[in-house]
Amino acid sequence: MSLQHYLVISAILFSLGIFAVLTRKNAISILMGIELILNSCNLNFVAFSRFVTPSENIVGSEVFRLDGQIIAIFGIVLAAAEAAVFLAIILAIYREFGSIRPDKVDTLKG
Amino acid sequence: MEFTLKTFIFYGFALITIASALAVVTVRNIVHAAFALMVTLFGVAGLYVFLQADFLAATQVIVYVGGILVLILFGVMMTSGRLEMRIHIERGQLLLGGGISLALLMLLLTVIANTPRWENLTDDGTPLEPTTKQIGELILNEKFLLPFEVASVLLLVALIGAALISRKEVRD
Repeated sequence: MSLQHYLVISAILFSLGIFAVLTRKNAISILMGIELILNSCNLNFVAFSRFVTPSENIVGSEVFRLDGQIIAIFGIVLAAAEAAVFLAIILAIYREFGSIRPDKVDTLKG
Repeated sequence: MEFTLKTFIFYGFALITIASALAVVTVRNIVHAAFALMVTLFGVAGLYVFLQADFLAATQVIVYVGGILVLILFGVMMTSGRLEMRIHIERGQLLLGGGISLALLMLLLTVIANTPRWENLTDDGTPLEPTTKQIGELILNEKFLLPFEVASVLLLVALIGAALISRKEVRD
């Protein structure tokens, strides 16, 4: 397993997430697409920190091999906060408009 | 590359992840899409195990599958009547979105294939496990203390904000 295996998997996940965000007509499906994108980013962070080590002359360069994992943990925290706020907004929109299709919510459209 | 059991399992996880992600974005029923997303998240957790990120794999399963996915299913149940379980897709938007995401995929694959520094980087097999203790030390007394505190404040803000947005308005 080389670095490029992980990068290809992550690239495929990313473009599938973009596809979901662009084409789906349901706010919760868009949230699923965003989760796919965040997962692909986290996978990239961990893979890079596993394979690409900093130059050997930096003192304690072994420590850097965990940086990507910690950033991925912060990414998971952000995803959790984002999902909670996203669903709260969706519930408020559903009460107001009776639907969660994003193209129905066009009050601010000129 | 020799074809060992490890590579076989790796390709299995990769295949599961990509196939279920494909199901997430193509299945018409939103509940089925949510369950396909669960399989994708498990697959990514398996890939984390291959990258020697054991704590991260456990966190992925607990937070994503146990938390976010349940939240998504709650959202589906509370907002979709029987009619809205099926997702409507317009043909023009499907072509445009498919074209854009395919172009993005091609761009990313070109970059990945043509960056000389990333070629032939194989796993040198340095064991990192168990990572839990090292991650805890890095977060709590070394360089990641400030981001950790900021993240906790962010979670509090998101909690209060979500409760405030989604409550019923009381008019008197």
